[in-house]
Amino acid sequence: MPPAERRNFLVSAIYGLGGIISAAFAVPAIAYLFGPVKSRTKVEDWVDVADIAKLPIGEPSEILFQRRRVDGWKVVDEKVSAWVVRENEEEVFALAPGCTHLGCAASWIKDKIEFLCPCHVSTFSVDGKVTAGPAPRPLDRYASRVVNGKIQLGPVERSEG
Amino acid sequence: MRSILDWVDSRTGLVSGVHEFLNEEIPASSGWHQVLGSVAVFGFLVQFFTGVLLALNYAPTAGEAYFSLKYIIMEVTGGQLIRQLHHWGASIMIVVVVLHMVQVFIWGSYKKPREATWLVGVVLLLLTLGYGLTGYLLPWDNRAYWGTVVATQMMGAAPVLGKYIQQLVGVENGVVGSVTFARFYAIHVLLLPPATIALIVIHVLLVRRHGVTPEPGDEVLPKKKFFPRQVFQDTVAIFVTFVILFTMAIAVRVPLGQMANPTDTTYMPRPDWYFLFLFQLLKLFEGPLEILGTVILPTLAVVALFLVPFIDRGAMKKVRQRTLAMGIVAFSAIGWGALTYAAVSSSHDTPSSLYDATLVEPWQELKPKELAKATAQEAPQFATDAAKLYLKLGCPACHMVNGEGGKLGPGLNGVSFTRDAAWLEGHFREPQKYSPGTNMPPYKLPPPQMEAMVKWMLALPPL
Repeated sequence: MPPAERRNFLVSAIYGLGGIISAAFAVPAIAYLFGPVKSRTKVEDWVDVADIAKLPIGEPSEILFQRRRVDGWKVVDEKVSAWVVRENEEEVFALAPGCTHLGCAASWIKDKIEFLCPCHVSTFSVDGKVTAGPAPRPLDRYASRVVNGKIQLGPVERSEG
Repeated sequence: MRSILDWVDSRTGLVSGVHEFLNEEIPASSGWHQVLGSVAVFGFLVQFFTGVLLALNYAPTAGEAYFSLKYIIMEVTGGQLIRQLHHWGASIMIVVVVLHMVQVFIWGSYKKPREATWLVGVVLLLLTLGYGLTGYLLPWDNRAYWGTVVATQMMGAAPVLGKYIQQLVGVENGVVGSVTFARFYAIHVLLLPPATIALIVIHVLLVRRHGVTPEPGDEVLPKKKFFPRQVFQDTVAIFVTFVILFTMAIAVRVPLGQMANPTDTTYMPRPDWYFLFLFQLLKLFEGPLEILGTVILPTLAVVALFLVPFIDRGAMKKVRQRTLAMGIVAFSAIGWGALTYAAVSSSHDTPSSLYDATLVEPWQELKPKELAKATAQEAPQFATDAAKLYLKLGCPACHMVNGEGGKLGPGLNGVSFTRDAAWLEGHFREPQKYSPGTNMPPYKLPPPQMEAMVKWMLALPPL
């Protein structure tokens, strides 16, 4: 092999082998950082939070409840809150208090009949729709159902906006 | 592109620095025997990279460490591979560093003016062993815990300094615990890596300062450039190492044992393979001589390594004439090999050391409905409920139903021939009262569950 050709071969081999090694480490690293976590622990999705009969119709009630959540390698018992609105005798929906702008907790202002986020003054109507401020979409809702007069809440579902 | 490189170079000198590095002149005799230093740097980079990735999902506290590692192995995508790469990377790192040192020793490259390069290299070898020692504890399984108990006891045996060393690594009254764990973790990830990086830089600068070691006769031959030929040879060696590492990481499973259990009296601690010779050496020295094996001989070996360039100060010789050096290497290799072989062949794996927490036992995959079919093809509801509870409580870890489960406790098929409902219920509540000395823990189940469980037990047909 003439010297120039030989040099080219060596240089390409260096880059080629180096490229293979880098890719072989990059691919599992990307999978490790961005791939799904196959959780082997299952926790009950639905939690009893209140008797429907005890809630007023049409007005949000703040309800605190305990929920189990898989947190990495642990299962934690945590307290969470929901604004539960009873629509009629047997139907409810439940809003997650986290403002859809930057996550501050929105609370119900009874006098103004709206939810207010104190951080950047986003306001939401009783059904969670944005009425003012920078929030980009309605408040998220918990999955909810009523079983034998008990309100049960499930995971939070992201609202469309 | 050109102008960007020019800008970077005019402001930093980086580009011309790299060129200078690559175009350095090396002796005519340089070649394949000098690739191992680069391979060691590659090994360090692999450990650094995989170590950082592991740390992103790892809880560095005693106890929780175990569960987070289990999470990495079993739940995180690619976690098993990253952990295996880090584990086998450590072993390969030791092999490469030792081979690098052996090559330098046989060729006599430590001679004047390269004594300092050798000394820094010996410190780097010790740091590499330090990673092995501290990293061994971090999975916090039985192997890690008991291995560290032995290692820290050995440190404690050092005359005068022993108790201070133990204090420094957080071992109080011989107990390995949370403080030990924190110290080992801090040493492994905070102290050793910066020290290693600094010493690698110094080591490489020293190599550059004195040039790659020539052989007698090189002075009359024209010099070569480092790039591309030597870089190519280094890259090929790195690639071979990389293939071995990935093959091992994919094919050879590293078990995660049971969580560290200080009360386990059946566990036989063993160090990693490269420390096995030391483990075996200790068996040769008993009583008052023990300190020879634990402290004196290892210390003398390290001191001897440091003294090598000051003992052998003759002129450089052709490698083929360095028979004494080759003899010493061969003698050490045979000694190390024999001790390691003796340690391996004398070991008897105990059941707990064979346990692998990341292997899913077949019974863990059982569905309650299938298990309930032990009673009847169309399993009644109570049987399904009981089977569900039976699986949830982990009963099959010890007991067998229809051939599935462990053998620590009695098999349960046909239990109705020897026991009645009252006995079973009583035994669930207070096992010690009904069969003294049993390992069975008490289960105070609420009445409906207890009833279903006992009914199901009695309905299990004999096999």
